[in-house]
Amino acid sequence: MRRAVLGVGRAAAWRIRAGAESGQQRQRSPPLSPVPAPPPPAFRFVSRPGPAGSESETVEQSPPQSPGPGKAGDAPNRRSGHVRGARVLSPPGRRAHLSSPGPSSSSEAREELRRRLRELIERSRVMIFSKSYCPHSTRVKELFSSLGVECNVLELDQVDDGAKIQEVLSGITNQKTVPNVFVNKVHVGGCDQTFQAYQSGLLQKLLEEDSAYDYDLIIVGGGSGGLSCAKEAAILGKKVMVLDFVVPSPQGTSWGLGGTCVNVGCIPKKLMHQAALLGQALCDSRKFGWEYDQQVKHKWETMTKAIQNHISSLNWGYRLSLREKAVAYVNSYGEFVEHHKIKATNKKGQETYYTAAQFVIATGERPRYLGIQGDKEYCITSDDLFSLPYCPGKTLVVGASYVALECAGFLAGFGLDVTVMVRSILLRGFDQEMAEKVGSYMEQHGVKFLRKFIPVMIQQLEKGSPGKLKVLAKSTEGTETIEGVYNTVLLAIGRDSCTRKIGLEKIGVKINEKSGKIPVNDVEQTSVPYVYAVGDILEGRPELTPVAIQSGKLLARRLFGASLEKIYHTLFWPLEWTVAGRENNTCYAKIICNKLDHDRVIGFHILGPNAGEVTQGFAAAMKCGLTKQLLDDTIGIHPTCGEVGNRRF
Amino acid sequence: LEDHLTGQRDYDLLVIGGGSGGLACAKEAAQLGRKVAVVDYVEPSPRGTRWGLGGTCVNVGCIPKKLMHQAALLGGLIRDAPHYGWEVAQPVPHDWRKMAEAVQNHVKSLNWGHRVQLQDRKVKYFNIKASFVDEHTVCGVAKGGKEILLSADHIIIATGGRPRYPTHIEGALEYGITSDDIFWLKESPGKTLVVGASYVALECAGFLTGIGLDATVMIRSIPLRGFDQQMSSMVIEHMASHGTQFLRGCAPSRVRRLPDGHLQVTWEDRTTGKEDTGTFDTVLWAIGRVPDTRSLNLEKAGVDTSPDTQKILVDSREGTSVPHIYAIGDVVEGRPELTPTAIMAGRLLVQRLFGGSSDVMDYDNVPTTVFTPLEYGCVGLSEEEAVARHGQEHVEVYHAHYKPLEFTVAGRDASQCYVKMVCLREPPQLVLGLHFLGPNAGEVTQGFALGIKCGASYAQVMRTVGIHPTCSEEVVKLRISKRSGLDPTVTGC
Repeated sequence: MRRAVLGVGRAAAWRIRAGAESGQQRQRSPPLSPVPAPPPPAFRFVSRPGPAGSESETVEQSPPQSPGPGKAGDAPNRRSGHVRGARVLSPPGRRAHLSSPGPSSSSEAREELRRRLRELIERSRVMIFSKSYCPHSTRVKELFSSLGVECNVLELDQVDDGAKIQEVLSGITNQKTVPNVFVNKVHVGGCDQTFQAYQSGLLQKLLEEDSAYDYDLIIVGGGSGGLSCAKEAAILGKKVMVLDFVVPSPQGTSWGLGGTCVNVGCIPKKLMHQAALLGQALCDSRKFGWEYDQQVKHKWETMTKAIQNHISSLNWGYRLSLREKAVAYVNSYGEFVEHHKIKATNKKGQETYYTAAQFVIATGERPRYLGIQGDKEYCITSDDLFSLPYCPGKTLVVGASYVALECAGFLAGFGLDVTVMVRSILLRGFDQEMAEKVGSYMEQHGVKFLRKFIPVMIQQLEKGSPGKLKVLAKSTEGTETIEGVYNTVLLAIGRDSCTRKIGLEKIGVKINEKSGKIPVNDVEQTSVPYVYAVGDILEGRPELTPVAIQSGKLLARRLFGASLEKIYHTLFWPLEWTVAGRENNTCYAKIICNKLDHDRVIGFHILGPNAGEVTQGFAAAMKCGLTKQLLDDTIGIHPTCGEVGNRRF
Repeated sequence: LEDHLTGQRDYDLLVIGGGSGGLACAKEAAQLGRKVAVVDYVEPSPRGTRWGLGGTCVNVGCIPKKLMHQAALLGGLIRDAPHYGWEVAQPVPHDWRKMAEAVQNHVKSLNWGHRVQLQDRKVKYFNIKASFVDEHTVCGVAKGGKEILLSADHIIIATGGRPRYPTHIEGALEYGITSDDIFWLKESPGKTLVVGASYVALECAGFLTGIGLDATVMIRSIPLRGFDQQMSSMVIEHMASHGTQFLRGCAPSRVRRLPDGHLQVTWEDRTTGKEDTGTFDTVLWAIGRVPDTRSLNLEKAGVDTSPDTQKILVDSREGTSVPHIYAIGDVVEGRPELTPTAIMAGRLLVQRLFGGSSDVMDYDNVPTTVFTPLEYGCVGLSEEEAVARHGQEHVEVYHAHYKPLEFTVAGRDASQCYVKMVCLREPPQLVLGLHFLGPNAGEVTQGFALGIKCGASYAQVMRTVGIHPTCSEEVVKLRISKRSGLDPTVTGC
């Protein structure tokens, strides 16, 4: 019999002989002495959190263990709850009472345990975390026995710190139950998943698997999420490749490395927004004593060129940073051809094949078209707008997403004639009171809204830069049709995931057939264990750059080294507006509190200048368990817009 | 006894001073159903400047200051505009008169608003200069010299402070002005010497430079005493690179009026010991503030003041040496001189007096922002203070040099855009202080002040998702510690 000593407690890691009956012919495994922080081993997960209790006991229910100290409060994902609980009991505003989510020594001990578990998983071809009395665990052990495969087994009910181990495991794999099975460092899951993998042949494949792949990780898509994941994995010492290829838009627009945010999203959007704000600032400045001609014209070409120059420098920066971190970057289109193998096709049509142990899909989304006559021929989308070589002129923006409203807003800010055609509601998913206020502010500032209409046909009346287009639209409520003539029609009706033409069906990665989005579990794993996904293509996750960046980075850390966060997102007379004579009663802020939870702040909304700058800190505060009381106790900074949060509620 | 006394006096509460703190007290007490009076009187400045109800913040502080700062920021935006496609012929001249008139009109509308609010809440307002007769009675003198006696059960002193004039400098009082005057000047101050290193001095010099005036700051020792010194020197660096001149280590010795009307200032360079002179149109003293307690006859009521500062001494519940007399705001010894602290302290005090509350004002982690051309927002401890309290080895400082997206296209220099977070080194690394230098610093800092109030740790801040693309996301992206010695320049998205 061989025994393994694991961490502070005694541990029994049993090696089961092929064909041996479970629990009888036991062998001692060599003692696992504490390892001095090994390089982060590669290991992977297939986490499929089964329905609670479906497979075995949960941590909370496990009978034989005495609850370790700080058992609940120390779980990383419960930490905020702990802090919250502590704060409620202590007087408000006293930091000393608010801190300490548990002594740091216990978190160090946890890290140590985590390292040892990893080591154990790393060294075993098959590693099973089991409980000796659990029938599911027994089934799994028997399965491997019948396959003639040796495996390492740790009976969690027979070690002192079994409960802690189970907890750390659930932190890594998001699976609370036993058995918890790893094959060649890949987390397969529990009993059901192991048998499914066996039936699909995946288990056999995992058992055969060797590290003969070209790369540890190939990332498909060089946007915010993909790049952050690539860089993090490279920092953790892995061999990483990024495949990125921009398929030109129907209007022929394409761009460099960096994905939507940098090229056709956040960055150019905010710069054009800034240009529009400057137009407003110019109007204001006269009231503040600055003297110049009343008529200031805006030149689209000057702005666009400056913005595109900035973007080029960012593209270049990304390439450099990949090179610095020794990430292989290939400007080719990636398409899965078989398990662990991807085909990369470059601009010239040359094909190259690469293999990798694991993959991350971060292909993002592209703007959707209407599917009506003339849309692809004559309309543009946000893919085209930011590099449009000419001023779009009189513009119809179709859609009511934030993209639609942001574009309409800055175009109107340049003095263009802008109409927004809205099928139903503005800013779906956002607080509707705020959304309507955004709409009425825009209306007051010259943006026209056509509500409850959808375009049915786009015709070209004249070619040119810009040309002239006739738009035919019909009412969503009646039979009424209307006609309008515009220089540009910008579609902003939503975005489609780039998941249908990358060979996912060849390796069995499931997508939501309707939305094209990829369902993943809590650790961003797809239906195929070695394939992960991050960013806008995920089902049910916010489509935001920082979310993709953060989740990409965390994914790489979970895969190769070093956990899951919840997201808060944002959608008075500001003093600066008073002298400028800008409208009163427009800027608005609100917080939403949960009365049943000590007035904990669960929503923060602000409409006004610098909303992004204001919201960020409040988001951090909410993360720390902000309550109405604490909000009231915080001193405002005077005079700012941010102080409304503290003074007006 | 209580009933007997209440029956005798004119008011439940008398507030002396109609500034932010005083008005907040009066309105809160009226809301709680009390009979309240406010007395307010603005002694004209030595230059003869006077103003209406609302105190320093509204009339000669935060409000006009930030509006003039905004005017200066707009000047920068006008220079940015051509990069963003706006065809504005440069340079664009600035008209002081127009700005001043607009700012003053706004301030006057606020004065009016305060009077209406008092009226709505049935607070009696007297425009009289008050002094104590005994511990429950105050005598007020109106402009015409008419006297009136007011008695009250509780009295709150909230008379604030006024700018200090140097006492031993020839010509200082005759020819110099202060922040009491600058915002009410009808004509441009022209070439200006600002004396002092307080935030008032730097803010004034900053907006004067920003609207195109020649501005010089004379600093005897260190700028922004009490603030984080690394941040302070970066503020100065930024101002210097944007045209404000600095005379460091210099102290003025006299001011004379030349026959042509210019002011000749003589100063001593303390490092070389040499004397130097310069001519200016305006000399602005911004060397500190003194509490407005001299005319109150505090000794008649028995209210103790600090012999050094003349500020009123209070306990943690704002009580003075006389049980029913309280003091809040800038007039109090050892309190931050900030509008929002005075307002909150005043409200809490009144809630304790009349609302059955026991909540005491917490003066820790008060956030503030210095509105220099590049704004400096901070909350919590400075790096120096953190090291002094916890020791170098227990403090971890995370920092970053970042470039605001708006600066890129406009080709602006972002050398001083910088953020640092001072934390305890031991996990979970409690945040002790946050310092932010960049655009909209006040808006950025406010929410994080809440976070620190909630006991934020570095780990929690790092788990907050950024808002992209903003400057404040740099705070949640702070990864480089000073200790690591790595380059803190932010690259990429």
